[in-house]
Amino acid sequence: MKGISYTASGRQRKERSIRLVFFAIALASIITLGLILLFLFMEGLPIFKKVSVQDFLLGKYWYPTDDPADFGIFALIMASIAVTGVSAVISIPLGVLTALYLAEAASARLRQWVKPVVELLAALPSVVIGFFGMVIVAPFLQDVFNVATGLNLFNAALMLAFMSIPTICSISEDAIFGVPAELKEASLALGATHWETIWRVIIPASISGICTAVILGMSRAIGETMVVLMVAGGAAMVPGSLFDPVRPMPASIAAEMAEAPFRGDHYYALFATGIVLFAFTLLFNVVADYISNRYRQVGAATL
Amino acid sequence: MDSSIKMAVNDLDFFYADFQALHRILLKFTSNQVTALIGPSGCGKSTLLRCLNRMNDLIPYSRVKGQVLLEGRNIYDPNVDVVTLRRHIGMVFQKPNPFPKSVFENVAYGLRVNGMRDRSMITERVEKSLKQAALWEEVKDRIHESALGLSGGQQQRLCIARALAVEPEIVLMDEPCSALDPIATQKIEELIHQLKEKYTIVIVTHNMQQAARVSDVTAFFYLGKLIEVDETKKIFTRPSLKETSDYITGRFG
Ligand SMILES: Nc1ncnc2c1ncn2[C@@H]1O[C@H](COP(=O)(O)OP(=O)(O)O)[C@@H](O)[C@H]1O
Ligand SMILES: [Mg+2]
Repeated sequence: MKGISYTASGRQRKERSIRLVFFAIALASIITLGLILLFLFMEGLPIFKKVSVQDFLLGKYWYPTDDPADFGIFALIMASIAVTGVSAVISIPLGVLTALYLAEAASARLRQWVKPVVELLAALPSVVIGFFGMVIVAPFLQDVFNVATGLNLFNAALMLAFMSIPTICSISEDAIFGVPAELKEASLALGATHWETIWRVIIPASISGICTAVILGMSRAIGETMVVLMVAGGAAMVPGSLFDPVRPMPASIAAEMAEAPFRGDHYYALFATGIVLFAFTLLFNVVADYISNRYRQVGAATL
Repeated sequence: MDSSIKMAVNDLDFFYADFQALHRILLKFTSNQVTALIGPSGCGKSTLLRCLNRMNDLIPYSRVKGQVLLEGRNIYDPNVDVVTLRRHIGMVFQKPNPFPKSVFENVAYGLRVNGMRDRSMITERVEKSLKQAALWEEVKDRIHESALGLSGGQQQRLCIARALAVEPEIVLMDEPCSALDPIATQKIEELIHQLKEKYTIVIVTHNMQQAARVSDVTAFFYLGKLIEVDETKKIFTRPSLKETSDYITGRFG
């Protein structure tokens, strides 16, 4: 008698091999990442035979080509933090408010037009943004604020904000627009105004998505090299004002790597800077992930 | 004007863009009575209900003609403030839609947006509303936990409590039991019975037995028109029109 066969058929074998292929591909990318990391540490750590970790991180002087050389990246760290921080202060409110406007106030027609344009902005190559900052924004800042150079912290932060706003806006808008109409109606039916509804229902309900948007937008800015190389001004000193020229970590690495002697102290110091930068972005991602998970709604509605 | 008429719909036409969803509706809702709106799917019951608290204002391509009088005053009058109006007219939706907040905050929401600040007053009113909605006993120990952890029937009663908390005069319900099991449905029906002592209730339902059980007056709609309205007893025993009797006996073509 012919019954149903319970043994592995050809189809199941195929399933298994497909799974194996995907596993191998995933493994390959993870291994590659691991190797890059290993390389980063191998090329960076030797500098600490010459300079202590503390002197490296907190040293105020970055004179890598002097004799004797100074390898203190405190100014570079501060520059990175300041540029990213100021750009966040600009980009988060602008991006989220634009998203709120598009999702809640703009007419369907306007939204339909503006959204793709904003998304297109995200595709601008960073070198183009850097060029814009150099040629248009820098002279403008120099004139208006009467500062020594328009290539400075503020300009870099502005350009980085410019890079993150499209992502922040577009993804937040999706999150805000995705809040169920039922929730909005429930709020309005209770006699809440549109603004109260936005503030008390729509934002809390989409906060996880907004956080994700901010993370993705900012992560484009945080390790960005080309823009800061072009418009930050390049001075390796701790910024004292918004309009001081600065030298963030990625700019320093990109500018100096070509001239640093292979496996010399300068070379090692630049890789060590890379390790610090990596630690920064890692920390940022972990914190961001934690925040966005914390606000995720728990428990779905059950019927 | 008859003082027991809480709300009156006067020659109301409603359009979604070019599509006319309601044709010259004439209907009165009496204080402390339950009026059931019945009729086949798509006949305009929800549309009419949403005209009563101007929820349809949210649909940009919609248009209303005619009047809805709340105690003699047209709610579509240009100088009526919609926000204040909606405070007087509570609404319960088809699908339970609690906010992703705690049980307490769900009920307190309407109080807060209406300007109540006093913590003890809010607490008192929340408890009272939950008791009114027959939910207090089930949630009193988890009042600060997320409302999304409640069952569907509990969520719907929470939505009723939320609507009652702001002390409306009229409560609109759009198929409030359609997503619920029979036991939860029974609880809500009992609740409606009690609520009519204080409120004027308009309920949309596609369940004939439910309309017969809970309502005093039944209005039958078909294709955007009000076909027949009468005392529920009469509609279900000897309706005057053939369409109505066909529909309620399930012989609808
Ligand atoms: N937002 C809308 N836009 C366009 N047409 C709609 C909309 N809502 C409902 N309609 C139409 O209006 C008619 C009445 O709908 P509705 O009031 O929801 O019916 P019911 O609640 O009786 O099932 C239907 O033909 C429906 O397709
Ligand atoms: Mg309906």
